[in-house]
Amino acid sequence: MRGFTGVFTRELLIIRKRFLKMLISFSVTPLLYLIAFGWGLGQRMTVEGVPYITFLIPGLIAMGSMTRSFAISSEINIARFYWHIFEEFQAAPVSDLAIAVGEVLGGILRGFFATAIICVFALFFHVRLHITGWFLLAVLGNAFTFSSLALITSMLVRSHADQSMLNNFVITPMAFLCGTVFSLKALPGWAHALIRWLPLSPATRAIRATALGHPIPWAAMATVFCFGIVFFTLGVFAIRGAKS
Amino acid sequence: MIKTFNLSKRYGKTTALENLTLHVKEGEFFGYLGPNGAGKTTTVRILTSLAKPSAGTATIGGFDIQKFPLAAKKLIGVVPQAINLDMELTGWENLLIHGLLYQMRRFEIREQAEKWGVFSGLASRLAKPVNTYSGGMKRRLTIARALLHNPSVLFMDEPTVGLDASGRRELWGLLKRINREGTTIFLTTHYIEEAEALCDRVGILDHGRLIALESPRALIASAGKVVVDVFEGESLTSHFFPDRVAAGTFAATVQGSATIRNANLEDVFVKLTGRRVES
Ligand SMILES: Nc1ncnc2c1ncn2[C@@H]1O[C@H](COP(=O)(O)OP(=O)(O)OP(=O)(O)O)[C@@H](O)[C@H]1O
Ligand SMILES: [Mg+2]
Repeated sequence: MRGFTGVFTRELLIIRKRFLKMLISFSVTPLLYLIAFGWGLGQRMTVEGVPYITFLIPGLIAMGSMTRSFAISSEINIARFYWHIFEEFQAAPVSDLAIAVGEVLGGILRGFFATAIICVFALFFHVRLHITGWFLLAVLGNAFTFSSLALITSMLVRSHADQSMLNNFVITPMAFLCGTVFSLKALPGWAHALIRWLPLSPATRAIRATALGHPIPWAAMATVFCFGIVFFTLGVFAIRGAKS
Repeated sequence: MIKTFNLSKRYGKTTALENLTLHVKEGEFFGYLGPNGAGKTTTVRILTSLAKPSAGTATIGGFDIQKFPLAAKKLIGVVPQAINLDMELTGWENLLIHGLLYQMRRFEIREQAEKWGVFSGLASRLAKPVNTYSGGMKRRLTIARALLHNPSVLFMDEPTVGLDASGRRELWGLLKRINREGTTIFLTTHYIEEAEALCDRVGILDHGRLIALESPRALIASAGKVVVDVFEGESLTSHFFPDRVAAGTFAATVQGSATIRNANLEDVFVKLTGRRVES
């Protein structure tokens, strides 16, 4: 199990090397949302009983931590098909579990990085977030779930092009639809029923409730971690199956 | 140290490796030759757990590579055919990650990195990102990395590709030395003079099948120690003879030009596979 430090250290070193680039690129999307929708609509409109901008920021945290955690999928892909770096892990005496732990921790770290940036923006837009242990737990669940999903997909896809397809047709729609930027209550019943089952929906609910100091939605919180555990387990097996 | 029994690998309809049964002894310097596509890399990938065999078994240091992969992998170092370094990171960071993957302690990693850094002539460059290295330096770093954890068996898939003549000689010296210190070496190469200079035994692979397995000297002797090259117009044919007398007698009967020389491993290779090695 100790071998996970090798995989995780690589992630840390890469993040350190790209810190500034990441900081900037992780900031752009949330900032555009905040300016366009937060300033544009945020002050006058209320959603689910709070000003729109207050509703929006936790949604952006859910969206940001999800997309940035999931982005390790592309990274692993490049490492696998282009640089063959993944072979260095596969040839080393580390278990598939250790590789999974190292990679997923790297993804979680990116998720928290994205979260931290948005929390700082919240200050500038005068939205007070409740950054409690429960909030961090909700973000952790989301980052864990999507890092694990990223691990599965990166092991299953056969090329980098497949990976972009997946991003376009699965991740981007999910990022928009799961209650991140609008209230799911506004949707027709059937759509609501469908979207509820996407893993980002309970995560968004848990992150928003905890961030705004509302009662903790236990069911949503538990659902997020269930998704995470299932994806992670499948991820470990996906690594096992990735040998040619 | 390395034992395989009827090891086979199929990719769809192509058979990359067929019933390889091989025993590389502890401390041996083993050369693995074969034309492009013969199955050399496939063999190395199976033995280093990067690919699964379709059939057959293999052990490293007595550990079955499929039943006890971690124990087997602990014993080996790999220099892959394609350089797989983290280009963004420095040489030292690449070594650090490797050391951690092999569960070494930090001070150990530092010590070993210094040692192999000096050895590979990279000591002064280890703090620089790998994407500033020349091809030869990258190659040497992959070798230093493979040796970092003091493996008992070193697998090298064409490690001297991309090195200049002096770099290659230096590496030969290094390999000889670590082999003398007890490391078993499994070397895949296209450079036949390399196998001749370094290896205790050579296996020749063609179309996934092992067609010869001997010491270089015995292989050369079995093919014929003396060669007569006969040029007729555009074509060159080589004839093998056990000694100079027989060769001389034959050469006298040839129309056109004939040259007599000692046979080398390349002749054996050509005789067995019907192909010259493209390098
Ligand atoms: N992943 C793969 N999928 C399909 N076929 C493969 C794969 N890897 C290797 N092969 C096939 O297996 C055969 C052996 O390939 P291998 O790479 O082992 O040859 P090699 O002896 O290392 O050649 P070279 O000297 O060119 O490196 C070739 O016919 C190759 O096309
Ligand atoms: Mg090869």
